[in-house]
Amino acid sequence: MFRNQYDTDVTTWSPAGRLFQVEYAMEAVKQGSAAIGLRSKTHVVLASVNKANSELSSHQKKIFKVDDHIGVAIAGLTADGRVLSRYLRSECINYSFTYESPLPVGRLVVQLADKAQVCTQRSWKRPYGVGLLVAGLDESGAHLYYNCPSGNYFEYQAFAIGSRSQAAKTYLERKFKTFMSSSREDLIKDALFAIKETLQGEKLTSSICTIAVLGVGEPFHIMDQKSIQELIESSEVKEDEPVADQGTAMQEDQSPEAAPMDI
Amino acid sequence: MASKQHANWSPYDNNGGTCVAIAGADYCVIAADTRMSSGYNILTRDYSKICKLADKCLLASSGFQADVRALQKVLTARHLIYQHQHNKQMSCPAMGQLLSNTLYYKRFFPYYAFNVLGGLDEKGQGCVFTYDAVGSYERVVYSTQGSGSTLIMPVLDNKLKAPSPLILPAKDAVTPLIESEAVDLVKDVFASAVERDIYTGDRLEIVVVKPDGIRREFIELRKD
Repeated sequence: MFRNQYDTDVTTWSPAGRLFQVEYAMEAVKQGSAAIGLRSKTHVVLASVNKANSELSSHQKKIFKVDDHIGVAIAGLTADGRVLSRYLRSECINYSFTYESPLPVGRLVVQLADKAQVCTQRSWKRPYGVGLLVAGLDESGAHLYYNCPSGNYFEYQAFAIGSRSQAAKTYLERKFKTFMSSSREDLIKDALFAIKETLQGEKLTSSICTIAVLGVGEPFHIMDQKSIQELIESSEVKEDEPVADQGTAMQEDQSPEAAPMDI
Repeated sequence: MASKQHANWSPYDNNGGTCVAIAGADYCVIAADTRMSSGYNILTRDYSKICKLADKCLLASSGFQADVRALQKVLTARHLIYQHQHNKQMSCPAMGQLLSNTLYYKRFFPYYAFNVLGGLDEKGQGCVFTYDAVGSYERVVYSTQGSGSTLIMPVLDNKLKAPSPLILPAKDAVTPLIESEAVDLVKDVFASAVERDIYTGDRLEIVVVKPDGIRREFIELRKD
């Protein structure tokens, strides 16, 4: 995308009918580290890559619990994501207070989308620079939505956003048809594999990713590092040799039938 | 002189009932009867006045139950916000302060709720806070609020209040009760209160908070 004379204001159309500021905001999402979501009939799994600015600093929090039945993973300007998470939490609490029942996810994403749209039509505002993967459970089952800075939202079986998300999307596109009937454990494993795709060579450890699960009878919660490390190790043993001292392991084949590589 | 006109409608009603809480070394007993009345009528024999606000913190309130319910909802919503911001449960003393602030917030149209907050503090020791309708509060070892409180409080004082250090001969401080003794004492005081207070009766709900969890018990009381 190149600079042009129609991209200064969010309230200026280009002759081709585009709002460049909104599109630039979508670019900001692509710069953030990857976030992935996938769902089955009864469960939704969110995963994110923990990118730290430097070895000295901690990584940014990218997955937020919004309510017992809703969670979000963000990519892009994490500060915007934090503010929107606070809004989502507030909406859930207010709805619960008034109606004494959980806010249906579908309603929440529309409210979020409308909030994002406002910023695309005010000259004194700017669009939120964050994409949100909203995982939710309501009476009609498990749902995964993606909310854009543009104010659009879509429902997905599985999706990935952020940098190098295309690799994860390719993996998900291959396997998504099985997700609806997947078990909880398989869903989490697929999320880990999808994350591994975005790492492109870097070793997958529990410190580099965060996984959160939501399901029927299971409130939204972020999994602890120990369980994730165990899952990684159990899936790696099937795939290739665990390489503690050998540098990064290259994933040749995703299918569990792959023979372990010789050292 | 013309006398002032008074409203012929009141926004408040008193649904009666009594609440008690006793703090021990590593437990807290919170109890309340389950009768809800209005005037000389019983609305229901099966209404809980006890609400769990946090993992180790329960609120028992007598008074106007519509206000009590609204107060419980406000506190649980505020607790959710606290959990999102701090990633942990609110401690009992923190909730105690929040309750006080929430009550005073409506200083000029108060919650008609007489509260006793009970639970475990951050050290795991039992704690009880007692309130008036507008938020004045104090941490105590034991307390009672509600229609039967005047009947029950003197008995608790007799059993649990530390003797004055000025009295001779010098007496030890009251030995703290064990959990079963505290629960038995609660059952006894309610059995007594029910005899003379018409607004207290039907059933007694006892909740015991300990470091490893919460236990609930129901005891039948006189239904007249």
